Amino acid sequence: MLQLENVSKLFFTGTVNQRVAVRKINLTLEDGDFVTVIGSNGAGKSTLLNLIAGVYPPDRGRIVLDGKEITSWEEARRAAWIGRVFQDPAAGTAPRMTIAENLAIAYRRGQRRGLQWGLNKALREQIEVALADLGLGLEHRLQTKVGLLSGGERQALTLLMATCTQPRLLLLDEHTAALDPSKAALVTQLTERLVAEQRLTTVMVTHNMEQALRLGNRLIMLHSGRILFEIQGSEKRRATVRDLLEAFHQLQGETMTEDELLMN
Amino acid sequence: MIAAFLGAIELGLLYGILAMGVYLSFRVLDFPDLTVDGSFVTGAAVMSALFLHGVSPWIATLTALLGGAVAGTLTGLLTTKGHIQGLLSGILVQIGLYSINLRIMGRSNIPLLAGTVMDPIAALPFGLHVSTLLTFVALVAFCGVILWAFLGTAFGLAVRATGDSPQMVRALGGHTTATVVVGLAISNAFVAFSGALVAQYQGFTDVTMGIGMIVVGLAAVIIGEVLFGAPNVWRGLAAAVGGAIVFRLVIALALRAGLAPTDLKLATAVIVVVALLLPRWLTQRRQRQNLQQAVDAALQEKADAQVG
Repeated sequence: MLQLENVSKLFFTGTVNQRVAVRKINLTLEDGDFVTVIGSNGAGKSTLLNLIAGVYPPDRGRIVLDGKEITSWEEARRAAWIGRVFQDPAAGTAPRMTIAENLAIAYRRGQRRGLQWGLNKALREQIEVALADLGLGLEHRLQTKVGLLSGGERQALTLLMATCTQPRLLLLDEHTAALDPSKAALVTQLTERLVAEQRLTTVMVTHNMEQALRLGNRLIMLHSGRILFEIQGSEKRRATVRDLLEAFHQLQGETMTEDELLMN
Repeated sequence: MIAAFLGAIELGLLYGILAMGVYLSFRVLDFPDLTVDGSFVTGAAVMSALFLHGVSPWIATLTALLGGAVAGTLTGLLTTKGHIQGLLSGILVQIGLYSINLRIMGRSNIPLLAGTVMDPIAALPFGLHVSTLLTFVALVAFCGVILWAFLGTAFGLAVRATGDSPQMVRALGGHTTATVVVGLAISNAFVAFSGALVAQYQGFTDVTMGIGMIVVGLAAVIIGEVLFGAPNVWRGLAAAVGGAIVFRLVIALALRAGLAPTDLKLATAVIVVVALLLPRWLTQRRQRQNLQQAVDAALQEKADAQVG
């Protein structure tokens, strides 16, 4: 359902700081795939997600979603099909607006935003049901400003906002990295549940190798803008963190400690 | 004395429309929009020019909204499509508007002595001040409800979210170019409408009447927030209008106390500085006191424990 063909992205092109962030990547996602992406700092993980989301266009290559070439589509247009959660809990929600208002914006993904009321009774009920299903008690706090929520609650809300319209593709950019361990576990659990319930095709960037192994059916390791290796299915289920580190060592001739992957 | 007091409230109400426009750009969109100094006069200029050509003062006043909207659209396009910094975009449009306003007016000052919308208002059967006050309150309330309703629409919610996190709006399929441009257009339409009304109220349009208007708008928004609080959109709009009235009252009192009219702009700047700094100072002082108390309490317990 998603194809990246020979996609490359450079930053600071033509200057002394020039850097190839993503180099000739080919990647095909099937419906229902849940791909976890790992790699050290600067490997190109976030750039890859941003290219798929349309934050910037690739310098070379094509991106195809459901048979439509979306390479030159701007971010807002692609967003009709692509839900996203960012690392920064503050980025994915509007802190000065209420929980209900934030979700009202999310429920209009891919629809025309005109002069109809942003929140009506039907939408409010839909929002309440969805929040109750989240299980954090947020359905009783519809009028609370999102800025007053904890980081974990905000990420959970962003996750709901990213998935409530059943997008074709869900992009998660280290969305648990800024949370303390217990909140991170909660948001991870929620991610698993929402992805499984709606059978969402998902790409999740993570700094946590253990999490990358446990979640999803495919795992990709990026290094210097390239896909270093990929494992899937039963091979992925059997793999350990140690296996990943050894594979990296063999392919790259460098040793990497888990710390380096964690040092994001 | 009472006439001066009522006059200040009347003018404050008209500036309240400007303040609601500034609330939209400065607070909702988080965009310090300096177009205001120009678009305030554009509103007055468009209205006066049409009025001089025999157009009905009501239609002339409503057309002023359009003039402001065009100015706001320009600033919005410069900053979104042109990627020019927000402050600079506003300044560029503001300075360009000075010449355009002069061209619209044909000269630097147009007296508006009779036949404006103020005449039928004054002719209402409640006495001059009560009639004016009632009409202005109704007008401001109408403008406020329109803006409040707009910010409650699907598009309006996206406008509000743009001021919080443009990244979020784009990620949810909203077009931040559209929200910024339309937001600034509406904001400056309000400012221009206010300019057209103030000109008719004071009886003339002058090409320099916009100098410092952004500061007046900011003063109103900030004073309003400090005095009345702005926890949601409608309270924010009401606070901006309240702030504008308080601001005009303070100015009226200062003039009465002997402030030279030439020092008015300085007084305005000082009021805004005080309104910005005072709440912060007070919070800091409270926090310091709380901290001291917490330290004292902690040390006290320690001493108790040692004694025990």
